[in-house]
Amino acid sequence: MRRGLVAAFAVLAASPAIAHDMEMMPGMVMGATKKPVARGRVTPAPAVSVKVVPSSSSAPMRPAPVVYVAGIQPVMDHMLYAHALLDEFEARYNGRGGEFRYDGQGWYGTDYDKLWIKSEGTVSRTGRFGDGDHEILYDRAISRYFDVQTGVRLDIDNGPARAWGAAGIQGLALWFFDLEATAYFSDRGAAARLQGSYDILLTNRLILQPQAELNFYSTADRARGVGRGFSDIDTGLRLRYEWFRKLAPYVGITYSGRFGQAAEIARRRGSVVGDVTFAFGLRSWF
Amino acid sequence: MINFSLRERLALSRRRFITGAAGLCGAGVVLPRGPARALSAPHTDIPLTSSARFSLAVERVPVVAGGRRMTGTGINGSLPAPTLRWREGDTVEIAVTNRLDETTSLHWHGIRLPADMDGVPGLSFAGIRSGATFTYRFPVRQSGTYWYHSHSGMQEQTGLYGALVIDPAGGTERAVDRDYVLVLSDWTDADPEQIVSSLKFQSDYYNFRQRTVGTFVRDAVRDGPGLAVRDRLRWGAMNMAPTDISDVSGVIYTYLMNGQPPETGWTGLFRPGERVRLRVINAASMTLFDVRIPGLTMHVVGADGQDVEPVPVDEFRIGPAETYDVIVQPEGEGPWTIFVQSEDRTGYARGTLATRPGQLGPVPPMDPRPLRTMVDMGMGGMDRGPAGHDRMESGAAMQGDMAGMDMAGDGMRHAARRGAPEAMRMPGMAAHPAPVTQSGAGERLKEGVEVQSIAMMPRNRLTEPGAGLEGNGRRCLTYADLRATRAGEDARPPSREITLHLTGNMERFIWGFDGKKFSEAEPVRLVLGERVRFILINDTMMEHPIHLHGFWSELENGQGAFRPYKHTITVKPGERLSSLVTVDTPGLWAYHCHLLYHMEVGMFRTVVVS
Repeated sequence: MRRGLVAAFAVLAASPAIAHDMEMMPGMVMGATKKPVARGRVTPAPAVSVKVVPSSSSAPMRPAPVVYVAGIQPVMDHMLYAHALLDEFEARYNGRGGEFRYDGQGWYGTDYDKLWIKSEGTVSRTGRFGDGDHEILYDRAISRYFDVQTGVRLDIDNGPARAWGAAGIQGLALWFFDLEATAYFSDRGAAARLQGSYDILLTNRLILQPQAELNFYSTADRARGVGRGFSDIDTGLRLRYEWFRKLAPYVGITYSGRFGQAAEIARRRGSVVGDVTFAFGLRSWF
Repeated sequence: MINFSLRERLALSRRRFITGAAGLCGAGVVLPRGPARALSAPHTDIPLTSSARFSLAVERVPVVAGGRRMTGTGINGSLPAPTLRWREGDTVEIAVTNRLDETTSLHWHGIRLPADMDGVPGLSFAGIRSGATFTYRFPVRQSGTYWYHSHSGMQEQTGLYGALVIDPAGGTERAVDRDYVLVLSDWTDADPEQIVSSLKFQSDYYNFRQRTVGTFVRDAVRDGPGLAVRDRLRWGAMNMAPTDISDVSGVIYTYLMNGQPPETGWTGLFRPGERVRLRVINAASMTLFDVRIPGLTMHVVGADGQDVEPVPVDEFRIGPAETYDVIVQPEGEGPWTIFVQSEDRTGYARGTLATRPGQLGPVPPMDPRPLRTMVDMGMGGMDRGPAGHDRMESGAAMQGDMAGMDMAGDGMRHAARRGAPEAMRMPGMAAHPAPVTQSGAGERLKEGVEVQSIAMMPRNRLTEPGAGLEGNGRRCLTYADLRATRAGEDARPPSREITLHLTGNMERFIWGFDGKKFSEAEPVRLVLGERVRFILINDTMMEHPIHLHGFWSELENGQGAFRPYKHTITVKPGERLSSLVTVDTPGLWAYHCHLLYHMEVGMFRTVVVS
């Protein structure tokens, strides 16, 4: 499955950095690689508050920089980590047929700076790849629970390709609510996506996860079946069992639907406006 | 598909552990599955006499876990490393040969020595390269129970630790009939680097005891739905969980006593009526332990190698890197079980005091696991204020300290500015206003990427035995109980104070001091000859055993001049405590949290003494 994910990303692997990252992924048995990287600039502000009592010995005022023996740092706290999460990797069925859907993301970087890649798409029974959305983002940690992400989004599938600039936030809202909110810009207008999910622990391994993704567009894009305003939603309620933390089979019910203008476009094409399916799949990460 | 290594797959079931000395027991032995057995006893027994010269080879040591052969890191074929016995007044010479394929080091934990002998790569020396031999040579100026361990990467987690027993000058002083070391540790088959990586991605990776719908229903029935909902909302509003006790749990750890897994455990022989000294060393990477011997009273006579006035207890908590010496005198035949639970109650190490080999005592049921409280969150809670104690503590702190009043004034202003004037109503505070947040750092500290929470009302918790030990009906040791048998050597008041906040973000698994990782921070600079007070404020909701290399940290625990001399001080969540340090040895020293993974991700400072 990772190969599939990699294949989907590979199209986007334009920059050497990403290509490098991609190459590494299949080989990462344990799921993470770490390399020391050059240290960031050291903030000159004193790390400790010092209270000097008058008329006694005082701290040196002009401290020389510390010279470490053989240049060795006693701890390596500035490491690179790589992880990827395939949140949805599922077959969807209902009376009218079925489709396959995936939604994943991966990152590579330090505590503060990461290269972040997202990809999702749907493959119909006839092999048509739709809803293909792939993003390459620079991610910067900015607060306790949130990161800012900027980069590009490419809609690449069997439909016409589109490119967007992307800017958004991702993190953990209060009450452990996972949230992604991203705005997209191109010469065709603007778009926005809101994604959220929440883990309800029925037990410590059996977890019920409601999830939703909402898409908004400032202008219609008939070729891609996108309508102005609130265009579409993909939502699901999945029950997974964390057999292992990193590998959890699940079953669920999903609903994907189009609204307003997008619904009209779909109707005119004779395609489905709203679809409830039964889904089963695997959630995995490394 | 994701390629799980066997280790990783096994990581979610309880491990069995067997250790064997290399070469001694035959490499090709096929082990039956079933209860774990040791192939050969590690060399943890205290040698009959002290020595001044040692030759140690750091090497891979075979370990059998769950029927599978693995390797750990040990010394001279032993995991834990052999117990070394020194004598105060001797100059020891220890030749350490590295037979690993990576750089190694040995740090003599709690030993006062020249900085270049301290064994920290980058600070003391360049480390011991593969194939090389480094000879440590230093005079031994202290006695008691200590330990040694690698200070390179994650080698400590893989088994590179051993006990040090130092006889007092002028011969062996053994007022006991039996003398044993108990090296407690946490063994895992998983790759330590992988553990950190997993925690960076999912900080509750190893916690399978979180609140669920089931516990919500139980609490709603017990406390009423309103209270249960409010409690969930309150913790949720902080994105924190009261079930967050240990970052790494018994899910992947097997807790060892002298290298022995709990199925059989370690056995110490005695005859009824004998006095048995147990030198308990917590060599675990990430685990606080609670030690008791059901049916026996333990007399705590030493802490971190230094003698203390005997304290009779039923149970004590020991943080990573701390040592306690206890004396027991079993009158009956027993067998007596030494029961050592991890703080989060996900597992235990076990030993037996027996009159003949092979005897096993009963294993008591695990205690209820603790939950974090709002006090742990630094939200105060003055209900259990340790009254008389604070007064004593402040008295000691104020002796000759002209900054006292000034400090208090600052503290009061800051507390008020934060809308927390209640902090000033702690018992004893009016007369001796010391223990409040008072540092500039605290004022500057803001929540952010590296600071998940700030203790609004850190408090004195020295009289508390620790999470999960409150009200269990046993006499539990507290820091306030520790009283040195000798008055402190340096009667000078501190000339200045250094406040350090212990900070972190569990969600991102970043830990540091004052909201900064090691790589982002300036070193702590001390002047040779000065006397300094370190004030530690724990803003996180976890315990942190803080270790200052090279110097004694005299814990200001209300015992006046009889402060206990410690090398590692475990600071509870939401706690503020202080220690005095006489800065008498120049060089570069390490100052860090002794939870290995906290240290490795940044909870570390270089201390420069010049």
